[in-house]
Amino acid sequence: MAETKPQSAPSTDAHEKMGFWRQYIFSVDHKVIGKQYLFLGLFMGYVGVFLSYVFRWQLAWPGTAVPIWGKVTAPQYYELVTMHGTIMVFFVAMPVLLGAFGNFLIPLMVGARDMAFPRLNMASFWTILVGSVLLLISFFVPGGASHAGWTNYVPLSDASKYLPGNYWGGNLWLIALAIDFASVLMGGINFLTTAIAMRAPGMTIWRMPLFVWQELVASVLFMLSVGPLIAGVVMLLFDRMVGTGFFLPEKGADPLLWQHLFWFFGHPEVYVVAMPGLGIVQEILPVFARKSIFGYRMIVWAVIVAGILSFTVWAHHMFVSGMNPVLAEPFSATTIAISIPFAVMLFAMIATLWRGQITFSTPMLFALGALANFLLGGVTGIPLGTNASDIYLHDTYFVIAHFHNTLVPTAVIAGFGGIYYWFPKMFGRMMNETLGKLHFVFTWVGFNMVFVPLFLIGLGGGQRRIYMSSVYTFYKPLQPLHVIATIGLLVIIVGQIPFLLNFFLSMFRGAKAPANPWHANTLEWATDSPPPHENFHTIPTVVRGPYEYSVPGMEQDWAPQAAAVDAGAAQG
Amino acid sequence: MILSWLPQDVSTFGPSIDSVLKLIIYVVGTAFVLAEGTLLAFVILYRRREGGRAAFVPGESLRQLAWVLIPVVIVAFLDVAIDVRAKPVWDLVKEQSPTPALTVKLEALQFGWEFTYPGPDGKFGTPNDLVQTTFLTVPAGQVIRLLMTSKDVIHSFYVPQLRLRQDIIPGREIPAWFEVTQPGKYEIACSQLCGNSHFAMKGILRVLTPEEYQQWVSQHWPKSGAGAGKSASSARSSASGTKG
Repeated sequence: MAETKPQSAPSTDAHEKMGFWRQYIFSVDHKVIGKQYLFLGLFMGYVGVFLSYVFRWQLAWPGTAVPIWGKVTAPQYYELVTMHGTIMVFFVAMPVLLGAFGNFLIPLMVGARDMAFPRLNMASFWTILVGSVLLLISFFVPGGASHAGWTNYVPLSDASKYLPGNYWGGNLWLIALAIDFASVLMGGINFLTTAIAMRAPGMTIWRMPLFVWQELVASVLFMLSVGPLIAGVVMLLFDRMVGTGFFLPEKGADPLLWQHLFWFFGHPEVYVVAMPGLGIVQEILPVFARKSIFGYRMIVWAVIVAGILSFTVWAHHMFVSGMNPVLAEPFSATTIAISIPFAVMLFAMIATLWRGQITFSTPMLFALGALANFLLGGVTGIPLGTNASDIYLHDTYFVIAHFHNTLVPTAVIAGFGGIYYWFPKMFGRMMNETLGKLHFVFTWVGFNMVFVPLFLIGLGGGQRRIYMSSVYTFYKPLQPLHVIATIGLLVIIVGQIPFLLNFFLSMFRGAKAPANPWHANTLEWATDSPPPHENFHTIPTVVRGPYEYSVPGMEQDWAPQAAAVDAGAAQG
Repeated sequence: MILSWLPQDVSTFGPSIDSVLKLIIYVVGTAFVLAEGTLLAFVILYRRREGGRAAFVPGESLRQLAWVLIPVVIVAFLDVAIDVRAKPVWDLVKEQSPTPALTVKLEALQFGWEFTYPGPDGKFGTPNDLVQTTFLTVPAGQVIRLLMTSKDVIHSFYVPQLRLRQDIIPGREIPAWFEVTQPGKYEIACSQLCGNSHFAMKGILRVLTPEEYQQWVSQHWPKSGAGAGKSASSARSSASGTKG
């Protein structure tokens, strides 16, 4: 068995000579880079949560001083909601799901020694770090960070007279976004090349774990969709800084162009985030149900079909935008049709549990919680994707509640599940189960306390982006729901204390993790915890698919993909 | 129930939109309850038992896959049913434009609404046009057509009780129509982020009975020569008889 060893990867010997900086800071090791992404994503995530705490307080108790922050002004309110959305989608969901989990797991899961292009991999992390820092700096420039909404619609975001004083905030928003996209592109190239060209012997594509499949489809979607938006971002930056007028109607442009560019990327982007999250759930469910995933190939095809369809639905964000109303009909049909591949995936995940032996460990609780809420997020997409009912629901809190029920279950709830599940592999130590369960209960209950009321606010006609709801009398009966939602957010925030304690204490004090603490099949569990510098002492040979649990006739209820346990990873 | 959260419904097409929404909520609500119920049942029924062993069901044969594919086919049928049900409603609200009894030009700007009535001669751009800010006064039971433009950024005309929402894009004139069934005062909200005072961009839709409306017209509309105002407005009210 010839070892597939990338030319550019450092040799094992180099490992011994590396100093602290090369090993932990400017590392080319995909495992270190994955952890760097994880820390960045968690940090940005808590920044995003803090922003939501401030504006949710304002929504529940308008005009009162927010503890730690003070009174919220209207421009601040729009700054907070804009940056919350931007940070959570582009600087949390993507770095955590693609950067952290993708980086850490893809080479381990396919049996490679590192990513195909380790230096490019390092560059992708440092690039997104620059983007994140620029975005954070924008809070402190004169006029503050962008107020234009996370969708940054033109001409509001174009000519500076429409948002007076917000010049540098808006520019930095665009620059940070372009940098973020460049970073994710570098990551995507690595993911694809590694999974296509560097799989261990015997690792056929139909033996790849579903998480790897979903990362690959997500990377392809991102690559094919981001080009138009990068072009749009650069054009908009020229408009703002040079006065070109690509998007200004008085200079002959149509402002709808931005919306098409944004959503042509924006809708596939939702799946770029959702798919790796679902992939995490699909890794966790079989392990803790001791069951094979139901319909592995069918799920792969469903992911691919959903990915293709995701390019045909973008204008469902624009039914009432003023585009040709006839267009709303095909876009409505394609949008609703996307429920079909997702139904396949979700039903298959539920069927996986049938006649299993389910253990409610912390990763499983998060996986089940994610699945339960993703179902809610999925079904509530139908009234929005249907053109007629979207006339009423568009731009209301129903939309907010819907997309948080798709993105939070995948990026946050499944993401936390992934942290609990792979923490032993990442840091070589186990996390505390009691603190983990506490974290789950607070996060999941709090999350539903926030977003179930928001569905009702939306049905009641309450539109989003309203700083002071008392302006409208129709909002009055809906106001108590905002109070419940904000209390829910406080519950979530309290629930993060056990997590942070658990995460950092376990990293240093947790019980030593065995190589395969969950008795799982995939290749990352066939090596040490944490894996050695080049992942495997000897590259494993793969002899079966990833989900052969409880196969009749076998003594144990799992069957590792690797033919033999890696020499260094003796303990099971 | 959930649907009791919907606000009062006072436009002619509002009940159609609500009926689509209701159909969807019943359909997806049922699917949701079944799926979550199955999930919960499995989680409770198949929790780990000492010495138990899970079944081996990889779901690779068509016979096993049928358990997933048959529900999926049902989902697909329901999808088509929703499409079919929604199409005529979308058509009615956004693609048709019934003959209006009254056409008003609306200009949205940071952060207010300006309404222009054609005046007694029924034509825009003549000296007897009537311009009103914030208040849009219309008769009940008649088709009103709006021709909407924006002075600066994108705004959106939204009246929850009409179930009507339409973005307004600078550089274009975008039409919309509605017919209100009940006289009253309804708030017009901007529902597209348009700047720092977006939240305060409120207008008022004043819907009067046809008699009250005629009175309002005779009090407020400019007179353009003897009799012209009267004949124009009576022409309008007779035109309302032709509405669909």
